[in-house]
Amino acid sequence: MIAIIDYKAGNLASVARALNHLGFECQITSDANTIKGAERVIFPGVGSAGQSMQDLQKMGLDRAIHDLYESGKPFLGICLGAQIILEESEENQTTCLQLLAGTVKRFSIPLHSGDGSALKVPHMGWNEVALKRIHPVFKGVTPGCEFYFVHSYYPAPTNTDTIIGTTDYGITFTSVLGSRNLIAVQFHPEKSGLPGLTVLKNFCSWDGKDEAFA
Amino acid sequence: MLSKRIIPCLDVRDGKTTKGIRFKDNRDIGDPVEMARSYYEQGADEIVFYDITASSDRRDIMIDVVRRVAEEIFIPFSVGGGVRTLEDMRTVLLAGAEKVSVNTAAVLNPPIISDGATAFGSQCIVLGMDVKKVKATNAIPSGYEIVIHGGRTFTGIDALAWAQKAQELGAGEICLNSIDADGLQQGYELELTPLISENVTIPVIASGGAGNIDHMYDVLTKGKADAALIASIVHYGTYTIKQIKEDLRARGVKVRLTW
Repeated sequence: MIAIIDYKAGNLASVARALNHLGFECQITSDANTIKGAERVIFPGVGSAGQSMQDLQKMGLDRAIHDLYESGKPFLGICLGAQIILEESEENQTTCLQLLAGTVKRFSIPLHSGDGSALKVPHMGWNEVALKRIHPVFKGVTPGCEFYFVHSYYPAPTNTDTIIGTTDYGITFTSVLGSRNLIAVQFHPEKSGLPGLTVLKNFCSWDGKDEAFA
Repeated sequence: MLSKRIIPCLDVRDGKTTKGIRFKDNRDIGDPVEMARSYYEQGADEIVFYDITASSDRRDIMIDVVRRVAEEIFIPFSVGGGVRTLEDMRTVLLAGAEKVSVNTAAVLNPPIISDGATAFGSQCIVLGMDVKKVKATNAIPSGYEIVIHGGRTFTGIDALAWAQKAQELGAGEICLNSIDADGLQQGYELELTPLISENVTIPVIASGGAGNIDHMYDVLTKGKADAALIASIVHYGTYTIKQIKEDLRARGVKVRLTW
């Protein structure tokens, strides 16, 4: 069974709908034991880092997530779930889960594209992910294809080994990161059409091993 | 680099897609779920649904449409029309919409924007603005006025001032409908669109007037729009979304072509 961690952050049902569409059973849960018993876990989220960390702590899920990372089970973070795995966030000056080294930064305005035109924040819409290395969860994804993003903050991991993919939006930021059994994406695979569904499908059959951390 | 979004818009009345001219003379043109699926497969970046059902007791039909769309379409879609309360927003979002848009309700009760943004996040809240060109006055310095109730009621509110206020209140995006251009297929409003887009920091979707790809090219370049809403030109089969995107890409507009 695939557990989707429910910590009151955003539209979890859309992730569940995408998994159901792909033929995988999943359960939306905030119960630490259910998460512990799951075969693999998805950590989605839309919302603010401060509120989400408070909710996770209140529900005792911060501990459960640390245990999960240590267990070696496949673990997918999405959007806010790709941010609060780092050490701290500029959003509400929040101390985060500290699974990976690095911080979460805000796109600073003014932000300009290569041709000098002003860019808007949030970064909302479809953008490319340039993969820095091979990862099983991105198997079969056409190079240069685009994913749906909506965010004002971005992950900035410090250990370059944890940077799997990057995206350009005025700056180049890390849009896919991970280490060992953890893979995290800043975009929304559940809203990114076929390439997004491919990522979810790959995750659902991934053994949690990452060559770069073998 | 971020792609410009091409967004088909489906007006839905009593569970059927319909299309009018300048918000009038609507006729039915198909099943919204099937049309949405076809646009998804052709490469639409997002889909917008407006529920123009007149009687509120038939809203359940729309929620059923939203639910069925969410089961098979894995790109963002928004739902607007008749959204008046936080509870209405919740119902639409739980049924599977990524975003909800408010228009008349936001003019009559601006805190619905901030309440919605607090409850569900700014990224969920789209401000729909229906705008008519008027003579510029002290009260309407931009020369564009907000109208509500499907274009029937003038509000005395300046369009630019309202866009900026909605952004402050927490709207995550603006869908800018020109009533003068709606359904005429003579091109988007190319004065109003950059005026709004360059004076807010949130994305602006241009709506109303697309008749050919030149119009879309113009609004996405000169018009400074982040996305273009289209209806007639795809509903009536003049172009497929893929044709539109390939043509725009050939002219140097960054659009999503691989999926």
